[in-house]
Amino acid sequence: MTLAEFFQLDLVPMLAALLTCVTCGLLGTLLLLTRNSMMGDAISHAVLPGIAAGFWLTGTRAALPMVAGAIAAAVLAVALIGLIRRLARLEAGAAMGVVFSGLFALGLLMLVWSGAERVDLDLDCVLFGILETLVWPEATGFGSLLDAEALAALPPELMLLAAIFAVTLLVLALLWKELRLAAFDPGFGRVIGFDPRPVRALLMLLIAAACVASFWAVGSILVIAALIGPAAIARLLTDRYAMTFVLAAAAGAGIALAGYGAAALLPAALGAAQGFNAAGMIAVMAGLGFALAAAVSPFRASAFRRRRAAASRG
Amino acid sequence: MVAADDFLAALGLGLGHNATVVVLGCAAFGLAAGLVGCFVLLRGRALIADVAAHATLPGVAAAFIGATLAGADPRNLWLLMAGGAASAALGTLAVRAATATGRVRDDAAMALVLSAGFGLGVVLMSVVQSRPTGGQAGLAHFILGQAAGMAEAEARALGMLAAGAVAMVLLLFNPLRTLCFDEAFAAATGLPVRLLDLALMALMLLVAVAGLRAVGLILVVALMVIPAVTARLVTDRLGVMAALASLFGAVSGWVGAALSAAAPGLPTGAVVTLVACALFVAALLLSPGRGVLAALLRHARLSWRIARDHFLRGAWEELERQRLGPDGAFAAAAVAEAWGWGPARLALVTCAARAAGLLTAAGEPGFLRLTEEGTALARGVVRRHRVWEIYLTRAGGVRAFAAHRGADLIEHTLPPEVEAEVEAWLAAADPALAREPVPPPVEGSLGHGARA
Repeated sequence: MTLAEFFQLDLVPMLAALLTCVTCGLLGTLLLLTRNSMMGDAISHAVLPGIAAGFWLTGTRAALPMVAGAIAAAVLAVALIGLIRRLARLEAGAAMGVVFSGLFALGLLMLVWSGAERVDLDLDCVLFGILETLVWPEATGFGSLLDAEALAALPPELMLLAAIFAVTLLVLALLWKELRLAAFDPGFGRVIGFDPRPVRALLMLLIAAACVASFWAVGSILVIAALIGPAAIARLLTDRYAMTFVLAAAAGAGIALAGYGAAALLPAALGAAQGFNAAGMIAVMAGLGFALAAAVSPFRASAFRRRRAAASRG
Repeated sequence: MVAADDFLAALGLGLGHNATVVVLGCAAFGLAAGLVGCFVLLRGRALIADVAAHATLPGVAAAFIGATLAGADPRNLWLLMAGGAASAALGTLAVRAATATGRVRDDAAMALVLSAGFGLGVVLMSVVQSRPTGGQAGLAHFILGQAAGMAEAEARALGMLAAGAVAMVLLLFNPLRTLCFDEAFAAATGLPVRLLDLALMALMLLVAVAGLRAVGLILVVALMVIPAVTARLVTDRLGVMAALASLFGAVSGWVGAALSAAAPGLPTGAVVTLVACALFVAALLLSPGRGVLAALLRHARLSWRIARDHFLRGAWEELERQRLGPDGAFAAAAVAEAWGWGPARLALVTCAARAAGLLTAAGEPGFLRLTEEGTALARGVVRRHRVWEIYLTRAGGVRAFAAHRGADLIEHTLPPEVEAEVEAWLAAADPALAREPVPPPVEGSLGHGARA
């Protein structure tokens, strides 16, 4: 493979996978710490009708209407889950099951009906992502990274991902303390006059936006792996708040690169005719990464025993 | 779009042999899923069912690859389903293992296994695709379901699954009920809790695998959870709930399959799910016990009773203040002022009270008179309030000005037995006071129209 080929075919998908996994890893850490992991699951399913509606209204794959529609759908989903839990007095899991499977089914029908399939917004994209189609034909080599004309031809999906990544970093930096309070002790927060709800609402909005942006890269179901995988890996390795984010971002980058690399290189090694699905491979890497982290976790039972034995000897 | 004639024909099993097979198969699957979903839901396993369904994909794809390599027919549905069941079982074990690390809660573990399992399935599917020998051979149809291709043997198998689920639930109804409502009690009475749980999980896995063809793995959970939740909205009895969930599931499968037979472009799973959702929304709105309309009605009725009681007591106190008898005329505005009501609320309440025959006009504009019925009701209302005030101050040690507020808050929702008890207490503590039809207000209770 020449350098130009790498720039044209692999750089953009790799960057997209990287941005997706790091952004989702950071947001997923907050989800995990606020004990809302399944909410990410629910939102990633529920954004589908919003995306379809955004497409329906504009007839194009323009990003903004779809992000707006997805955020609206996510808000609707969260409100519906709360409403159903209250009215039917159901446990959260059951209410979520009703809402996200219902909205997902609605989204599927809307996609089929709206004829979105004609413009690449087909069911395969929903399920598997379109990482492999994010090519940058204008690129020729390192020089293209400084060439305004070539940069302007970068796929808009990548720009959207980069924007969401920047917003996520900004929100984390600005609301570091508030997010920490909302995650660890909302009760204490209320006592000192801090309402955790706006912060949580903002988090849900960000996740909805990240789901839409990542949707192009990895599809709506595998986005769950990007949300929960890095965060769960980080939880296995540290107890410190700041460290959890650092490790989650690192794990996100790791599974993105490992997944993309494996999908690109394994087929050649196995003698297969074409590449494997990169989004699926990233999800597999998230699972493997978790298993690996569990094996070396300083919090695993055998490590505890060894430390206690050492303490009693010394 | 949907052709109405075709839809009705399919609904009545008259749209040809294939459509009939699909409709009956989907209905049988809906019945089994609804029934099993009831117990899955009550055991708090709704999301595990979702994980199991997503985790069937790698098994199905692996079975396909294995069969190709071994030279067997990779399109053999039973083989693919066996693979799916095996990997779904592994998925549920993986969730348990991930939770056992003690570092992530079960919801995170489920999300992780669900997506990693699905991801592995997607990768294996791309492996199948990359092999020169064959395309994906319809593997993708397992994700969103493709009921249209259902063969007669499959529909029959779904029917057998439904019959088996019904037989098992009938046989194990009492142990399952005990398990669902009180696991510790079930264990204490010597029920084989683990074995029962295992049987339930096995049934759930069977349903998850059986749903691959009918609705697809993403929406299997919908047919397990939505009919069960719908039934839960309608009834509090487990037997009725199980029967209703089966019925709702079967109806969703039947109608959904008929709809998608009439409009072949629509994914069956999505249509079936949306029919189940429609039933759910109907139950949410109309259910007599837990429905939104019933709750609104109850709320409106209670609000009216409270407003009526307040108005009558206000009127009574106004008459007392003016030193008039119960048949005197009082200014409606004075009552409204005592309660801090605006003119709109006053108009609404007086209108309703006049319609109910509690008030009449007193000739002078703005003045009203209690009817005989209104007087009797007002006497009861005021007596209840004051007896409660007396009880709170004398027996409860509540200070007088607080007693008035306390009585206000509780008197509308007191059950008759408590009222009788308080009356009995008063008759014993102060017989003279108890004999008064309407005792005077407690000294300093602010209760005499002089509300701050």
